[in-house]
Parts: sequence; structure tokens; C-alpha cells
Amino acid sequence: MVKTKHDVDVLEKCPTGIRGLDEITKGGLPRGRPTLICGSAGSGKTLFAMEFLMRGAMDYGEPGVFMTFEETPEDLAKNFISLGFDLPDMMSRGLIATDHVKIERNEVEETGEYDLEGLFIRLGDAIDSIGAKRVVLDTIEALFSGLSNATILRAELRRLFHWLKDRGVTAIATGESGDKMLTRYGLEEYVADCVIFLDFRIEEQISTRRLRIVKYRGSSHGSDEYPFLIDESGLSILPITSLGLDYPVSTEHIATGVPKLDTMLDGKGFYRGSTILVSGTSGTGKTSMSATFADAACRRGERCLYFAFEESPSQIIRNMSSIGMDLARWVKKGLLKFHSTRPSLYGLEMHLVTFRKAIEEFNPQVFIVDPISNLSAAGTASEVKSILTRLIDYLKMKKISTFLTDLTHFTGSLEHTSEEISFLIDTWILLRDIELNGERNRGLYILKCRGMAHSNQIQEFLLTNQGIGLIDIYTGSGEVLTGSARATQEAGEKASELARRREADRRLREQERKRNALETKIAALRAEFDVETEEVHLMAEEEQTRQAVQVEDRLDMAHLRKGKPSAVRQSARKRRGKGE
Amino acid sequence: MKAVSSGKGKKAKTDSTEEIWNLRLYVAGQTPKSIAAFANLKKICEEHLAGKYRIEVIDLLKNPQLAKGDQIFAIPTLVRRLPPPIKKIIGDLANTERVLVGLDIRSVSGLV
Repeated sequence: MVKTKHDVDVLEKCPTGIRGLDEITKGGLPRGRPTLICGSAGSGKTLFAMEFLMRGAMDYGEPGVFMTFEETPEDLAKNFISLGFDLPDMMSRGLIATDHVKIERNEVEETGEYDLEGLFIRLGDAIDSIGAKRVVLDTIEALFSGLSNATILRAELRRLFHWLKDRGVTAIATGESGDKMLTRYGLEEYVADCVIFLDFRIEEQISTRRLRIVKYRGSSHGSDEYPFLIDESGLSILPITSLGLDYPVSTEHIATGVPKLDTMLDGKGFYRGSTILVSGTSGTGKTSMSATFADAACRRGERCLYFAFEESPSQIIRNMSSIGMDLARWVKKGLLKFHSTRPSLYGLEMHLVTFRKAIEEFNPQVFIVDPISNLSAAGTASEVKSILTRLIDYLKMKKISTFLTDLTHFTGSLEHTSEEISFLIDTWILLRDIELNGERNRGLYILKCRGMAHSNQIQEFLLTNQGIGLIDIYTGSGEVLTGSARATQEAGEKASELARRREADRRLREQERKRNALETKIAALRAEFDVETEEVHLMAEEEQTRQAVQVEDRLDMAHLRKGKPSAVRQSARKRRGKGE
Repeated sequence: MKAVSSGKGKKAKTDSTEEIWNLRLYVAGQTPKSIAAFANLKKICEEHLAGKYRIEVIDLLKNPQLAKGDQIFAIPTLVRRLPPPIKKIIGDLANTERVLVGLDIRSVSGLV
């Protein structure tokens, strides 16, 4: 294969099938070339090689040859079983061929010139027998301890790796790490294309496995140390640093499980796929919040993965039933899965690998860690930051809504301990104690919420047998009151309100009474007036009558004097009759 | 497989009381090293084991699967199959002294 500096893509890659490795190497190991896997004893070299072969045979249709220099075929079969592969079965199906090359120094005498053609022939025979595309040599260094003529060995090794290239097989050679060189016998000198270093470190009694690609000729690759995990399903490598910030986002909202909190968050709740942090001192209700969120997710029929670092699953279930939440049914339905471990059980990176593995297996829509702050016990602040960045980027890419709780300490600012990770958080809810009048009450407020109008109110946070309740805190007359102080204040207000209302009623009644009195008075005056008017009329009439009588009398007098009295008397009588 | 008995093979067979040395030489084609090894071996046997040895030459290019059985990785390899225990010598057998030590022949010849 011809390779030029500018033509990187020419290099064909052979996928390993090892979780995470193909992402770091951008496709796998160099196809048709040997790769050196080096590391100290127990660093997982053999397992790496084994998984490479097995995945090749099972997933990529590439049969493989496992040539072991150390372990007997029986031990080898046992090792494969530990990864869940049935070696004898695969051998009978022609997927894997094994060969155990046993070199006992005390059984072998060396005299004169020789070469390792026997090894080539055996390997060639094994490759031909199943049409192998992959080869593992574990570990070829045994030759150095078995044979004394290093000059011949070195020449033959060089020839071996050339020969492997000529055969076009993708090979893995393993080698023990040395003091100054990568491998004790300088194998890296012969395998120049790709070298992967496995490390097994113990820091503060916590072991972490790490993998690093030392070189990869003709290909770009991740250059960090990647933590990896070995378990019953093989290796898992965590290549999260390779992720960028170009994940898709969702505009969908999901309920928080607390209706009032949804209201505070623009009336709709969190964004799906966002990262939520709830911080607070101990006993502020973080676990209850987490469980409520988990419950809400399960109600929607979503799967929820719950990592608990403080309590066992059964304890959480029991405790949550005391606030009216039945989590056991979700566990039974397979919607809710708990993982309870002590944070000190593994190193920080191992936790991350565990997270990732659990996420890939369970494929949840909601991921909860309670509390994330316990992880900081397993590493330094900068490590925690880098690990969480990787985790959150990974979760965001998978559109998993992440709910983290953070235990803050009593002393110092509440926001302080979470500062390192605040840039990662989309929605940050703070639970805090409000101590007043010999009482400790819980308050909740939203510190930030990216991309959403949210309430700035502090709410009183109540744990009832109906779940979490949020109540508006008393904020009248320039004071903030919670708990019984709020209740007292509210009761007092109610009483004075009542009194005020009574006073107003009383005044209204008074006014009414006054109006009535006034109207009565007006009526009396009017009546008096009427009477007077009547009298005035009567008097006027009497006066008229009197005058008429006077006139008549005068006429009568005149008549008596002139002898014609009857005509005057008649007309005066007529007038008086009309007036009556 | 090519079994090569020495000229004195018949004689060895007739002598049933004595142990017959069963030697196998693994080679890969007619390389100078293989030819040298065979010549050296024959010479040593004639000198020290005359009449009671048998040499099998196995060409792994023709029978590659035979390499596993005797755990052959180097070429040429001489395997002493009989008398037990199995002994192995790798190389072209140029150093007679070491071959004798390796095959444990000295004591035998000393007794004889």
C-alpha cells in the first residue's frame, strides 16, 4: 500500500468493534497492517486483542487467528467465555483458529544458525485454514525470553511483520511495557504503523484504566488518554472529548412533575434534552425533586435511568412513597432503572464509563444523577469539570434530558460549589433553607433558565403526602415570610381585613340612616308648608267673603236709604255662591 | 513426511534389547541451513549412535500442520522423541558439543 503525506484518506481502516475505539481512531485500526498494543501486566492487552478478533468474526465477517505464546488453549477458552464468547463453538464454525506456541527455554538447546520459519508456517497454515483476515500475536515477546540469540530474533521479527503485511492481514501484537521504551524488547521498532498504549493506574486507592494512541501513521486520531472499562461484555472506551458543540436541540417541553414549577418555567416545564441542575444543602428536597421528575417521565411512558450515590433503590422507593409517589411500579414496568453505587467505588472516569455504558444499554430519555457532587470525592475539581463536560456533551447529543443534583455546603455562597459546572447547565434551580422565627423552611427559585422566560419568585417548597407543593411566599409589607410565620401573618391580615370590612359596613349603614332621617325631615317640612299654604288660602277666601258681605251690607244700607235694595242683594248672593 | 533411516537402520531394528533413538528433523524446504543441519546430524549419529538411531526429516512446507504437534517455531529443529524425555535443539547443529549435550548423548556413549 502506497502512502503519501497528503493523502490521509488512502489508509483503509479495519473496525475493531470495541466500543468507543473506532470513534477515537476514526474508523479502526489500519487495515492490512500490524498494530502494537502495549501496557503493563494486567492492563487488558489480551482482552483487547481477543475482543478485536471476536468482533471481527461475529460482526464484520472477518475470521481471525489467535496465536498465543503464554496461555494454553484451555485458559484461552476460559478467557473468551468471560467475555461471553464460546471459543470452541467459534472454532468449530471456522471463525477463529488458535495456536498455542509454547517456548520453554530449558527444553530447547540452541546451536548454530536458525530462523523462525516454523512460526511463519504455523501462522500461515492457521490463516489459510479459515481464510483469516485478522491475526493476534499474544505476546510475541515470549520469544525473547525463550531464545537467547537476539540478533536472529530481531531480524526474524522484522521479517514477520513484513510478512504479515504481505499477507494483508490486520494484526495485533501485544507487548509488555518497558522502563524507558514503550515495550520491554522494543517491539515498537518493528510495528511502526499504529501503537496503542494501555495504562492501569492506581491513584488514592482507586484504579483507572486508560488508553492512549501513541501513534497512528497516516491518520489523525484522538490524542488524549481515554478511560476505559473492562466488564463482562468487553472493553468500553469513552471518547467523549471528540464531541463538539453541534448537537441538535429540541423545542419540546417536558413537565417537571410539579405543576407550579412548570408555571414558573414559562408554563411548560423544561426543554427536552436540556441539562437541569438542582442544588441545595442537605435536606432541602433534592432527591424528592429528582424522584418527582423521574415519576413524571415514567408517566409519559419514557425510560428513566437513575444513578443514586447516596441511597439504595429500595430506600428511595420507600422514602418517596411517604410523599405519595409509587416508583416501584415503574421499576416493575421496566421504565425506571436504578443504579446505586458508592462514589468511592471507582475512579471518576470509571464512573463516566459506567454512565455511558448504562445509557447505551438502557437507552433512556431521562437521566438522573443524585447527587453529582459526590463524584468530586473521586477526583480534583478540574477533572470533575472535564468529565462532566464530556458526559453532558454526550447526553446532549443523545437528546437525553439530564437532571443533576448538587449538594452544596452550609458555609459559603450557595452558588459557589457549582460554579465549575454552571456553564454546562441550562436550567439551574436552587433549593435553599429559609430560617426565620425558629423555623427552617425550604425555598425554591430558578437561578437561570436558558432560552425561556421564567419566574423570578422564590417559592416555598413543601413536601406533602401528595408530593411536592410550591406556595407563593408571603411578600407583603416588605417582608419575606415562610412557614408558620407566613401562616400567622396571613391569618393576622385576614382578621384585620375582616375588621376593616365591618367598619365600612357600619359606615354605610350610618349613612343610610342619616339619609332616612333627612328624608323624614324633608317630608315633615313639606307637610308643614302644605298646612301653611292651606291656611293662607282659607284666610284669603274669608277675606273675600268678608269683603263681599261688606259690599252687600253697604248696598243694603244704600237701598234702605234710596228704596231699591233687592237688586244689590241678589247679585252679592250670587257671587258668594260661586266662591263656595 | 519423509522418513529417512540411516544405513544401519536394519541393524538397529534387529537389536531389540537396545533403545532406538528416534530423531526428527524439521525443515522448511531445501535451505542451506536445513541441508547443513541434516549433514551435521547424520555425522554425529554415525559417530555416537551408530546402528541405533532413526532420523525422520519433516518438511513443513509440505506438511505445515505437523508443526503444531512438536511445538516447532524455529527452523531447523531437531526433536529427540525417543528415548524420553523429549528434547529439542534448534539451529544448524554446527556445534557438535552442544548437540551432544542437547541430545544427552555423551552419557550414553560414555556407557557404551
